[in-house]
Amino acid sequence: MKRVSIDPITRLEGHGKIDIFLTEEGDVANAYLQVPELRGFEQFCVGRQAEDMPNITNRICGVCPEAHHMASAKTLDALFHVDPPPTAKKLRELFYSIFFATDHTTHFYALAGPDFVVGPEAPVAERNILGIIKKVGMEVAGKVLKMRADGHYLIKMIGGRPVHPNWAVPGGVSRGITEEQRQEIEKMGREAIDFAKFSLQLFNDIVLENSDYLSLILSDAYADRTYNMGTVDENNHVNFYDGMIRIVGPEGEEHVKYPASEYVEYIAERVEPWSYLKFPYLKKIGWKGFEGGVDSGVYKATPLSRLNAADGMATPLAQAEYERMYETLGGKPVHATLATHWARLIELLYATERWVDLAVDPEITGSEFRTLPTETPDEGIGCVEAPRGTLTHHYQTDERGVLTHVNLIVGTTNNNAAINMSIKRAAEGLIQKGTVVTEGLLNKVEMAFRAYDPCLGCATHSLPGQMPLEVTIRGPEGETLDRLTQYVNNS
Amino acid sequence: MTEKGKLALYWAASCGGCEIAVLGINEKILDVAEAFDIVMWPVAVDAKVKDIEMMDDGSIDVCLFNGAIRTSEQEYMARLMRQKSKVLVAFGSCAVDGGIPALANLSDREAIFETVYGHNPSLDNPEGTRPQTETVTEDGTLHLPIFYNTVRTLAQTVDVDYFLPGCPPEPERIWDAVLAIVKGELPVVGSVIGANTTVCDSCSRTRSEKKISGFKRTWEVIPDPDICLLEQGLVCCGIATRDGCGALCPTVGSPCIGCYGANEGVDDFGARMMSALASVLDSDDPEEIARIIAEGIPDTVGNFYRFSLAGSELRRSALHVSERQPAETV
Repeated sequence: MKRVSIDPITRLEGHGKIDIFLTEEGDVANAYLQVPELRGFEQFCVGRQAEDMPNITNRICGVCPEAHHMASAKTLDALFHVDPPPTAKKLRELFYSIFFATDHTTHFYALAGPDFVVGPEAPVAERNILGIIKKVGMEVAGKVLKMRADGHYLIKMIGGRPVHPNWAVPGGVSRGITEEQRQEIEKMGREAIDFAKFSLQLFNDIVLENSDYLSLILSDAYADRTYNMGTVDENNHVNFYDGMIRIVGPEGEEHVKYPASEYVEYIAERVEPWSYLKFPYLKKIGWKGFEGGVDSGVYKATPLSRLNAADGMATPLAQAEYERMYETLGGKPVHATLATHWARLIELLYATERWVDLAVDPEITGSEFRTLPTETPDEGIGCVEAPRGTLTHHYQTDERGVLTHVNLIVGTTNNNAAINMSIKRAAEGLIQKGTVVTEGLLNKVEMAFRAYDPCLGCATHSLPGQMPLEVTIRGPEGETLDRLTQYVNNS
Repeated sequence: MTEKGKLALYWAASCGGCEIAVLGINEKILDVAEAFDIVMWPVAVDAKVKDIEMMDDGSIDVCLFNGAIRTSEQEYMARLMRQKSKVLVAFGSCAVDGGIPALANLSDREAIFETVYGHNPSLDNPEGTRPQTETVTEDGTLHLPIFYNTVRTLAQTVDVDYFLPGCPPEPERIWDAVLAIVKGELPVVGSVIGANTTVCDSCSRTRSEKKISGFKRTWEVIPDPDICLLEQGLVCCGIATRDGCGALCPTVGSPCIGCYGANEGVDDFGARMMSALASVLDSDDPEEIARIIAEGIPDTVGNFYRFSLAGSELRRSALHVSERQPAETV
């Protein structure tokens, strides 16, 4: 059997490797996404003081430290039995909305954008953010850079540091904001809404107006009919910071809606010997292998999943775009992996609207931003939506608040099985008997997992370039038959 | 540097935050691209190990290496980058001192696997499957790198020329280091590139040499916004920690957690912290001081060696401490 290895693809808590096995006839037999790294937070956090967790678990990921910081703080609220005052909850969600808008921006423009704006078949050297700039002009690049710079500036202003905030505490946050800061946050927020609207218009003009792209989005090579997960508010609208976890089936019907604290009833994790990353699935449906469909417990937790799992968006502009997406793509749910990019932009718009709503909230500058715990700590579970999927923290402590047990299910992990399936399906659709493995083909396989933004890209988010891949085609003895690399030289 | 130099960036056991910090120099990244060909940077440009392997030894001018050494693959990359680079910089606290991943040195591989793959409440693993370095499937054989028992710093793995601490280093410190490299103004080999003052030195909070009777946990008190956190009974590590951030955490009301590691002249971070804490206590009795610290700070290792366990005198707890298994799990 022949093997096509893609190694390394970049970060997934370290990095990832794809192996595609071909039959003697040259068809795809199977595909594996391996994650060759583990750091062991669930073990080495035991013995730590619980209140230190927001500042330890943010080091799980330097791209989305805000998500771990926030999930950890919510877990501590539960563990210490303390309810943060309204100002604290609003400040946390404001901070989180700014983070979401910033993160989604960098992913769309630097990582995913090149495939659409410049084109999946464009020369490699142009298929990067510099290619985008060339195509749409410096003015657009300026907007993107400003959005990112504003976002990081505000994250530091509110949360204390631009990377790895040190701010959320059990019962609230360590510092509030002043009226002067609020005005700056509001001003940048209004500009961010304009930026989000502009981004959707750009997507519309360049991608949706192009029938080739639309058919690529809707093609079978990029569709896996699985369950979808997301957090919803009391109106079943998408929420990033808080709510109930809702899971819908492949036909869009509600499978279950549960509070985060009951995750163990609904989610189980499988271990495969060939990867350090576990494979979560829906416990009540069961593990049936790397399969889609109503009888398989495989699910996704992505921007598109969140939209599929909700009934709509809580803000007006995002709701209008939500309706337009489902109208264009033929109704709910949408299983087209590449539509995740569109969903991400709708979430970007929602995040910016939410950002401004909270910035003008009369309570946001309140001086009551912390409630001190008075009860004995014991156990807590906390969830937020990370950009890359539902994030769950679960801690237990002794009566002094020293951790005795920690469980974490992080955003990308939810999608581990689905990413494996998407890669296999894309490879099957693109590699058949006698197919010459070209760079363009490689990129199209790559697009299948890039849609998940699986923390593989991290800073590919923000610089010229793209995921470096190397494909080696090996014969049955492991000998190299052909080797192909893709390389972006930006100099 | 007259002609364009070659620059490499690599990451091992880390979180990606160092990369984000590099991007935080914003438009100056274009100046970096002006001065250097970036021959490796897995997140942004080419990452082909084969290309690096084929380069002549010492042909990369500077390699900024972040992350600790946790697996066999990371060790291989550390050795490779050392061999190919004239100047190797341990970049960020994980490479310098082990960082957060080195807290795993309080445990070992078996215990970590047992927790992660054997004991978590959401696990469904009745057959006790563990990741294997080699797995034979019906399709072919799949390989994973070896997960070591002990996390090492970069300097415990290969020779290191300079150290740039911080979790992550602030973009301003990164830019200072880049300028020093470009202008050829690097300090003596083996030095830390950065400040030799402490976080306390740049903290705007007021110190009044006040004595306290004991320590408080951060969740037990809302601190005064203007007074030294340590003098309010909070375990703030600013006194032992090298500056570089400008006291960012104390500014938002949170104690310094020591992410830049020990300041110049401080041999052991934890020992320095213990003496600092003893000095603010209103007691001269060593036994009483020890009792107050034990009562107020249940996790001294996590407080005093959160970012520096691998690089400290302790380095790790004794291996095969199976009693460190988590207590009752769900």
